[in-house]
Amino acid sequence: MASKPETEHPKQAFGWAARDTSGVLSPFKFSRRETGEKDVAFKVLFCGICHSDLHMAKNEWGSTTYPVVPGHEVAGEVTEVGSKVKNIKVGDRVGVGCMVGSCHSCQSCGEDLENYCSKMIQTYSSKNVDGTITYGGYSDTMVVDEHFIVRIPDALSLDAAAPLLCAGITVYSPMKHFGFDKPGLHIGVVGLGGLGHMAVKFAKAFGVKVTVVSTSPNKKKEAIERLGADSFVVSREQDQMKAVMGTFDGIIDTVSALHPLMPLLGLLKNNGKLVMVGAPEKPLEFPVFSLIVGRKTIGGSMIGGMKETQEMIDFAAKHGVKPDIEVVPVDYVNTAMERLVKADVKYRFVIDIGNTMKASS
Amino acid sequence: MAKTTPNHTQTVSGWAAHDSSGKITPYTFKRRENGGTDVTIKILYCGICHTDVHHAKDDWGITMYPVVPGHEITGVITKVGSDVEGFKDGDKVGVGCLAASCLDCEYCKTDQENYCEKLQFVYNGIFWDGSITYGGYSQMLVVDYRYVVHIPESLPMDAAAPLLCAGITVFSPLKDHGLVSTAGKRIGVVGLGGLGHMAVKFGKAFGHHVTVISTSPSKQAEAKERLGADDFIISTNPDQLQAAKRSLDFILDTVSADHALLPILELLKVNGTLFIVGAPDKPLQLPAFPLIFGKRSIKGGIIGGIKETQEMLDVCGKHNITCDIELIKADTINEAFQRLLKNDVRYRFVIDIANASPAT
Ligand SMILES: [Zn+2]
Ligand SMILES: [Zn+2]
Ligand SMILES: [Zn+2]
Ligand SMILES: [Zn+2]
Repeated sequence: MASKPETEHPKQAFGWAARDTSGVLSPFKFSRRETGEKDVAFKVLFCGICHSDLHMAKNEWGSTTYPVVPGHEVAGEVTEVGSKVKNIKVGDRVGVGCMVGSCHSCQSCGEDLENYCSKMIQTYSSKNVDGTITYGGYSDTMVVDEHFIVRIPDALSLDAAAPLLCAGITVYSPMKHFGFDKPGLHIGVVGLGGLGHMAVKFAKAFGVKVTVVSTSPNKKKEAIERLGADSFVVSREQDQMKAVMGTFDGIIDTVSALHPLMPLLGLLKNNGKLVMVGAPEKPLEFPVFSLIVGRKTIGGSMIGGMKETQEMIDFAAKHGVKPDIEVVPVDYVNTAMERLVKADVKYRFVIDIGNTMKASS
Repeated sequence: MAKTTPNHTQTVSGWAAHDSSGKITPYTFKRRENGGTDVTIKILYCGICHTDVHHAKDDWGITMYPVVPGHEITGVITKVGSDVEGFKDGDKVGVGCLAASCLDCEYCKTDQENYCEKLQFVYNGIFWDGSITYGGYSQMLVVDYRYVVHIPESLPMDAAAPLLCAGITVFSPLKDHGLVSTAGKRIGVVGLGGLGHMAVKFGKAFGHHVTVISTSPSKQAEAKERLGADDFIISTNPDQLQAAKRSLDFILDTVSADHALLPILELLKVNGTLFIVGAPDKPLQLPAFPLIFGKRSIKGGIIGGIKETQEMLDVCGKHNITCDIELIKADTINEAFQRLLKNDVRYRFVIDIANASPAT
């Protein structure tokens, strides 16, 4: 087990942590390891707030080790690099997403799919190789193996880049993998939150036609006028759903609440694919017939590998794809979490760590 | 009652179910004249598919009685319409599940007639002329040549019959995943019945490592020794499931009873696909986590297109792949249905139509 967080490593660090299942975050002193020969140390400037942070802070998945410093949408500036670091230098703008380690020897690692490595180390509340617990980006500094560092192009501001490291890659990877990036296709995006709004933006950048499928009629204007979706369907309106039956080549389903799959599968053409990236905790009801009669596919996907994450960031910079964000000071984080529960954000909170996190207390 | 049209003048002897008892009795009916694009086939053999039993008993509430089941048909051509291409008198041919499609939609034009919206089946379907289709439990069939395939010379006509449904149902998913042309993958087959045993045979013929996943320990020897499977996992044994986690590239699920998907999905490697061809009546429970945490997919499919069916038969001819069958007389169809419901057959009943005496 971990020794005292404050002294287990040589470098002092400061962040905000949740201590118990209340999930309430408060200032927290801990420590980071010395910059190893393959490590990159950086000053954290911005960190996005992901739904996972909320689940983990409250231990809703039963996998949390307290105290937990959340944050896996981290952007900052390099302060030190180890002797064997090849592609990163002091002063570089960098990012870290959901993972900070993997085995580097399994099949998944060999195929640049570290995200599916069974020994993958998550950015926070996960166990490091040395047995200590990882702490995430709600903190002033990070020390991370170069392999898990992404370079952020100058064209992207660091605050907007941060949410790309989880929300962005979560939708980009399946859209590439399942072939939803071919101009002329018609893609449905189910749910218009942090993930959904990124899916719409990437889809438009790929040149595909996008229809947003949502339970909230009041998001229509927003989806079409602000995000550029081509059309909008209210999933509870049978007539609207019927009108687009059998017209989608693919669907990105970002909804993590329990929801029926049957109506969504009906929107697909034959050979169409529905990909789930939101993860409902309970099993979904799955009508097998609706797959069989149209050779349809249901797939899943979780973030992306490091190579693909760099590719996504470069693509986003080149095509001006960036999340809509609300930048907040760190002492607003508990309020932000409460608003997140109510889906009251367009579309991602980003904590201004650089300017608001002070190791005063 | 079936709507007959004036051109339905040919009297045929067959076997039909007349009500939801599903009892099969001799039945004489009419088929259409051989039209310009039709061929007439003297039926020699017809396999008994689970679907036949469901239709005979109206389990799905869609049966139009009397129903003449049978969609695994082999026979010899006796008449060819003037506009027919590629078939002649005396050809050994087969007919599967399809009797009609629109011939014009994007699926028909890309050899995926099986996914055409206007698809009509070889029995209990409505043909272009408005008549109800009658299947292969009969001595003669008139069918549009575009739904007919050639049976390779090297294949016995009786053991080839089930290839027309059971065979193509498992071949199409394998082809869909590049497993016909590329060897050396690790594939799983869930359920060892008519479909499953064909999947094992194809898998081995195409050079894959094949694992059978079954609830019945008693099938292990059979699966390995007779069918050539490499591994056998008892799906109720947690240790065996645990040991095989993330070990398979592709799994074909042939089980139509309600069953748990979670343990099966976890056998797949990252990027692996579970292809479902058995269709449970009720929805299954789908856990999202094993899909998301392993970028895995679940896919479903129904039979295959006609071109693909011909390709499958040619591959079977080349590799000498046939179905393991039990040949029965036409007057024992009801007993065969009973045994099929108890899975008491290795692995397909085929009706010897050629040697049946005409109904009186
Ligand atoms: Zn996240
Ligand atoms: Zn690995
Ligand atoms: Zn069948
Ligand atoms: Zn068609």
